[in-house]
Amino acid sequence: MKRSLGLLLATSLIATSLIGCGESSSSESAQTAGNGDVIKIGVFEPKTGENGSGGAQEELGIEFAHSVRPTVTVGGKEYTIELDWQDNQSDKTVAATAAQKLISDGCVGVIGGYGSGTCIAAGSYFSDAMIPAIGTSCTNTNVTLGNDYYFRVCYLDPFQGTVMADWAIDQGYTEIATIDNIGNEYTSGLVQTFKDEYEAKGGTIVTAETFQTNESDFKAILTNIKNSGVKAVFAPTDYVYAPLLLNQAADLGLEVQWIAGDTWNNPVLTEDAGDNAEGVVLDCFYAEGGNEEFDAAFKEWINSESKYLEANLGTDNIIGNQAMCYDAYMVMCDAIESANSLDGTAIRDALASITVEDGVIGGTVVFDENGDAKKNTTYVLEVKDKAFTFVEEVTHGE
Amino acid sequence: MTISYFFQQLLNGLSLGGAYALIAIGYTMVYGILRMINFAHGDVFMMAGYFAIYSMAAFPWQLSLPIVIIGTIVLGVVIERIAYKPLRTAPRMSVMISAIGVSYFLENLANYLFTAMPQSYPQIDILKQIHTFGDITVSRVTIIAPIITIVLTFLLMTLVNHTKLGMAMRACSKDQDTARIMGIKVDRVITMTFVIGCGLAAIGSILYFTDRNTVQPYSGSLPGLKCFVAAVLGGIGSIPGAMVGGFIVGICQIAITAAGYSVFSDAFTFVLLIFILIIRPTGIFGEKATDKV
Repeated sequence: MKRSLGLLLATSLIATSLIGCGESSSSESAQTAGNGDVIKIGVFEPKTGENGSGGAQEELGIEFAHSVRPTVTVGGKEYTIELDWQDNQSDKTVAATAAQKLISDGCVGVIGGYGSGTCIAAGSYFSDAMIPAIGTSCTNTNVTLGNDYYFRVCYLDPFQGTVMADWAIDQGYTEIATIDNIGNEYTSGLVQTFKDEYEAKGGTIVTAETFQTNESDFKAILTNIKNSGVKAVFAPTDYVYAPLLLNQAADLGLEVQWIAGDTWNNPVLTEDAGDNAEGVVLDCFYAEGGNEEFDAAFKEWINSESKYLEANLGTDNIIGNQAMCYDAYMVMCDAIESANSLDGTAIRDALASITVEDGVIGGTVVFDENGDAKKNTTYVLEVKDKAFTFVEEVTHGE
Repeated sequence: MTISYFFQQLLNGLSLGGAYALIAIGYTMVYGILRMINFAHGDVFMMAGYFAIYSMAAFPWQLSLPIVIIGTIVLGVVIERIAYKPLRTAPRMSVMISAIGVSYFLENLANYLFTAMPQSYPQIDILKQIHTFGDITVSRVTIIAPIITIVLTFLLMTLVNHTKLGMAMRACSKDQDTARIMGIKVDRVITMTFVIGCGLAAIGSILYFTDRNTVQPYSGSLPGLKCFVAAVLGGIGSIPGAMVGGFIVGICQIAITAAGYSVFSDAFTFVLLIFILIIRPTGIFGEKATDKV
């Protein structure tokens, strides 16, 4: 008995280590980045941890972009692009390790990722190694601020917070509750910018509730909100908390208008919260229908293999992040070609002055002095019949 | 503060505390018999959540609940056989480290098998029914969680104090070697301890996750730690102590969050642990520390 159990354990250990080898050997097979005809572009995304689903969705966007444009031409020579996938595990400590791995793998550029905290943690490694990075959906101001090598294609929290605050005021919600996740740069930053705009426009934040990362019991703060009598709640949390908040609110009989940020634009929301997600309003980077050519190509690609469809939670719906990833990848390729070099600094300089005409969203992609794409358009969505339905396109002046 | 607000928060605290209590009992029982902290217990609780997701997808809930409980028990017993039993004569520290290893193994296994994405916990209609009393709205599970906890604790106390198995358990917790000499099958008693502990963790997991909707691979780690604190608070080794400790930790957590200090809600639990260890190391219901020489 004892021996057979030991044998079982041993075989399972060997099996897992073999699986590990299988994965690593595929990524190490092209160690010769930069020389030969293969170059590497790093993908810095969370595959696991609390943002694992968001990272998985974004990876599809990058993989699609890669399938569209698998090569770049530098100095008259065609290089095959290989994607170097690193998992930052939604963890700021692991993020540093993942960044170092990408650097030591010799990536010429990095794309990613989902979640501002991990990007901020990795940012200095990329700039020290002089490797340009393009953020996909990390909306916190500090990702690119003071970092010459971090760019991003999405809009920023101050913009997003302003839009949602204006929306709330426009809808007549003059009193609101906010829910903040302590220690989460994305949520805290967004709550702050929302608060500034909302109060400037004459709204009152009746109760500002907070919770800690990994919390799963929201009944206490939801009871507080119910007790305060507000009609709307601004909760720009990571998507993992969304179904918990919505379902527990339903249990407590809390009926309010939920307002969220771009992270809630995730199929998990409608999947796990079901009817309780109906009516939730959020903003996002891109809504289906904004660029029909892109939509059609992406859907065709998703449906071409069952593993993509499965990774996209069984639907061919496009979420905003995937469009951002597509843009980030394309901009990176354009910058490499425009720099006509595989040198990090040269590519960075190319990025700083680049103008990409055919971005998915709003056409042109231009970076400002901080490395942020000049974006002033967001899409407001509402959950209707378990789908993210387009409400309006909001454009703010500079 | 209105009275209905107070009761709503109290109910929130009691239901959380009830689930904590059931897990804390698992810690306390294993400690009582083996003198080790089973750090994998929180992750067994998490696995029970996944068992429920998959069994509920295939069977009606009446059938799934026993499957979940049995599955969790089997998992617990297998862990004991593989990771703890070979170390029976090893220093206690080795077993403890083995338990930490099992904890990480289970988390990563869950990550590998079920992915890191939070999965929706199936809703059992009979537990999810919403009741409204005036301004208070609660799901049925919120009300019955503390009741189930108290009833199960009572049954367990009866088992320990009034049955032959209970007597054997008490004997093993006093002195394993002597118990063995007296003809008690110590290994069987230990297995039974894990059976009961994991069974309660499974029930706790049903109560906990039904109210909290999603399971992910790390769902068990923080509740596990908190329940460990609850067990120490009540007096590790004492079953009613674990129950009381679970309720105290649960209610305190809700009270602190409700008061707007959620920053400190986790910290409080661990400050409580330090405080207890300084003031009254044996906990509220703790056995008198008689130095065995």
